[in-house]
Amino acid sequence: MERFKPDARGYYGAYGGAFIPEMLLPNVAELQANYLSIINTESFREAFHKLLRDYVGRPTPLFYSDNLSKRYHTQVLLKREDLCHTGAHKINNTIGQLLIAKHLNKQRIIAETGAGQHGVATATACALMGMECTVFMGSVDMQRQAHNVERMRMLGAQVIPAESGSKTLKDATNEAIREWIRHPKDTHYVIGSVVGPHPYPDMVALFQSVISEEIGKQVQEQFGKAHPDVVIACVGGGSNAIGAFYHFIDNEHTRLIAVEAGGMGLESGKTAASIALGRKGIIHGSKTYLMQTDDGQIVEPHSISAGLDYPGIGPAHAYLRDTNKIEVVSITDEAALKAGLMLTRTDGIIPALESAHTIAYLEHLQAGPDDVVVVNLSGRGDKDLITYQNYFNHEQ
Amino acid sequence: MSNRLDLLFEDRSAFRLSIFFTAGFPQLEDTAALIEALQHSGADLLEIGFPFSDPLADGPVIQSSSQQALVNGMSLAVLFEQLEEIRDRIHIPLVLMGYLNPVLQFGVTAFIEQCVACGIDGVILPDLPADVYVAEYKAAFDAAGLAFIPLITPQTSPERIRFLDEQCSGFIYMVAGHGTTGGAISLQEEGAYFQRVKEMGLRLPKVAGFGVKSSSDIAFVQQYAEGVIVGSAFVQHIAGGCSDESIRSFIGGLKQVN
Ligand SMILES: Cc1ncc(COP(=O)(O)O)c(C=O)c1O
Repeated sequence: MERFKPDARGYYGAYGGAFIPEMLLPNVAELQANYLSIINTESFREAFHKLLRDYVGRPTPLFYSDNLSKRYHTQVLLKREDLCHTGAHKINNTIGQLLIAKHLNKQRIIAETGAGQHGVATATACALMGMECTVFMGSVDMQRQAHNVERMRMLGAQVIPAESGSKTLKDATNEAIREWIRHPKDTHYVIGSVVGPHPYPDMVALFQSVISEEIGKQVQEQFGKAHPDVVIACVGGGSNAIGAFYHFIDNEHTRLIAVEAGGMGLESGKTAASIALGRKGIIHGSKTYLMQTDDGQIVEPHSISAGLDYPGIGPAHAYLRDTNKIEVVSITDEAALKAGLMLTRTDGIIPALESAHTIAYLEHLQAGPDDVVVVNLSGRGDKDLITYQNYFNHEQ
Repeated sequence: MSNRLDLLFEDRSAFRLSIFFTAGFPQLEDTAALIEALQHSGADLLEIGFPFSDPLADGPVIQSSSQQALVNGMSLAVLFEQLEEIRDRIHIPLVLMGYLNPVLQFGVTAFIEQCVACGIDGVILPDLPADVYVAEYKAAFDAAGLAFIPLITPQTSPERIRFLDEQCSGFIYMVAGHGTTGGAISLQEEGAYFQRVKEMGLRLPKVAGFGVKSSSDIAFVQQYAEGVIVGSAFVQHIAGGCSDESIRSFIGGLKQVN
C-alpha cells in the first residue's frame, strides 16, 4: 500500500504547499530535493533506528491500564511516549532532522518551542551530535515551562525569548523563521511539529510514524488484533497525532480521534481549537485551517498547555478532517487539569498537560468493552508541576 | 492605460527613490496626508504596507508599526477607502506591500478590482512564491495591468532570477543582505552581488532595499540599480508624528549628494 504523503508540491488535497518568501527558497528547495533520498539511504535508516532504540529508548511500552479500563468500561492502553528520553515524542523528530542536517553539512541548528519539550529534544540531540543550538521560545512560555528553559541551557543551547504577539508558540515560530532568513547557508531549522512549508509536514510525519508502527505490532502481540479500534491523540501542530495515526489512516476499522485544546471553551474567545474554529488560510508557510479574523489577521490562541497553544494545525490534519478520516474534538483547560491529576492518582503517571487532554476525552468516548483503545501519552508532566500546583492549590 | 511603474522606469538613466511606510501608522488617518507629503517632497514611488499580524520577512521596526496599525483599525477594506479618494491628486506610482493571508481573506479577485479602482500599480507579496503566482494569479494580474514585483537575494540563483525577470513585472526588488527589513547590514559587502545582477542585463529595472538608511547608502546602490527603497528608517522617523516639514527634511537628507 502507498504510504500517506502529500503530492510532489507538498499538498494534501487543498492544504500544505510552501508559501515562503524568496529569501527562504534556497534552504527549503534544498530540503525538498534531498529529504526523501537521505531518509531512504541504508546508512540513514540504520543510524536513525539505532539512536531511537539505544538513545531514545524505543520501542516505548504499550501499557494496559487496568484502572482506566475498569473506569471507562473498555480496554485502555497508554502508548508511553512520556518514557522517551527527554520525556516526550518530540525527540523522534529531532534525531531524524539532526541526521539530515549533518548530511547537508549544516553547522548550526535553530528551533522554536512551546512547551519546551521540542526545545529540550533539539538541545539534547545537538549536544549528542556536537551542533550549535539556538531555541526561540515565547517569554510567556519561558515562565510557565521554566524547568525546560533550565534544561535547555544546561544542555548548552541558547534560549532567546520571543516578545511579540501573545509571546507563545506562534511568535517563537515567527522568530525562528526570521533567524533562518538571516542565516540562509549554515543553519538548519528543526521545526517541531507537522507544520511549516513543504517538506516539513511530511518529513516530521515520517519520523513520528514510528509510534503507530509500534502500536500496530504491540496490539497484534498483546491482543492478536490487526489494528486498534480507537487511537486518541492531542493536537497542537499535530506531530504526535500524525505519528500515532499514520499506519491506520487508510484503515476503516480504526477510529482516529484528534483532541484539540478547547482552552476556556469554544465560545469563550480563549481557545486553541484551530480546526473547530479555523478557516482556510496561510500560517508559517502552509495553507491550512487557522484561527483568524475576517480581515485575515491571525488570532492569538489560548491553552493552559503551551504545546497546544497554537492557532493553526498541520495541513495533513486539515485534509484528514475534510475527508472524514479523523474525528476532531476539544477538551477544556479545566478538564485537562483534572484528568492529569486523575491519571496521576489512578496509575501513578503524571502526564504532560498536552497529553492530559486525551485522558480527559475518555469520559466522552463511546466504545465497547472489547474495543482496544490506544491513548497516545505524548509526554510526561514534570514540566507542568507549577501549573498543576497553582490550579489545585487554588481549588482547595 | 500604461502602468505608471513602466512609465517611471522607461528612462533607465534616472535613479528613483521609493519610500515604504505602513498604512495606518502612526495614526489610522495618516495615509492620505503621508502620500501627499511624500510626493511633494520628491519621492518617485511609494510602497504602502498593509499590516499583518505575523510579518515573517520584517524586522522589529515594521513589525511594531504593523502591530500599531492593526490596533488603530487598519485593514485592506479601510485602506482601499482611504486610497480611493486620493488617487486623482497623486501622479507617482503606488505599490501595495503585505502578506498573502489578508489578501486571500479579502478575495484575490476583489483585491485586484480594488487595486485597479484605487490606481495601484503593483503589488509585493513576499510569501506568495512566484511559481504559485504564475500558476494561479498571473493571468488576472496581467489583465488588470497590475505588476507583481519579485524579491531576489544574494542566494537567488541566476536561473531563478531569469525566471522572475520573465514572469514578473514592475521591477525586481533586490534584497540587500541576508535578512529581514531594517537589518544592520553593510551595503558595501553587497557590491559583488549587485554587480552580478547588474551584469545579467535584465528586462526589468532593479530597485534595492532592506536596511538602506542614508544618502551614502543610496550613492552606493546607484552604481548598480535603477532605484532604492527606504523603509524601516522612514517608519522610525515618523513614529512620533509625521509633519510635512519633518518628511521634507528626511527626504531632503536622503537626496543630498555627498
Ligand atoms: C508532550 C507534548 N504533547 C503534545 C505536544 C503538541 O505538539 P504536537 O501536536 O506536534 O504533537 C507537545 C508540544 O510541545 C508536547 O510537548
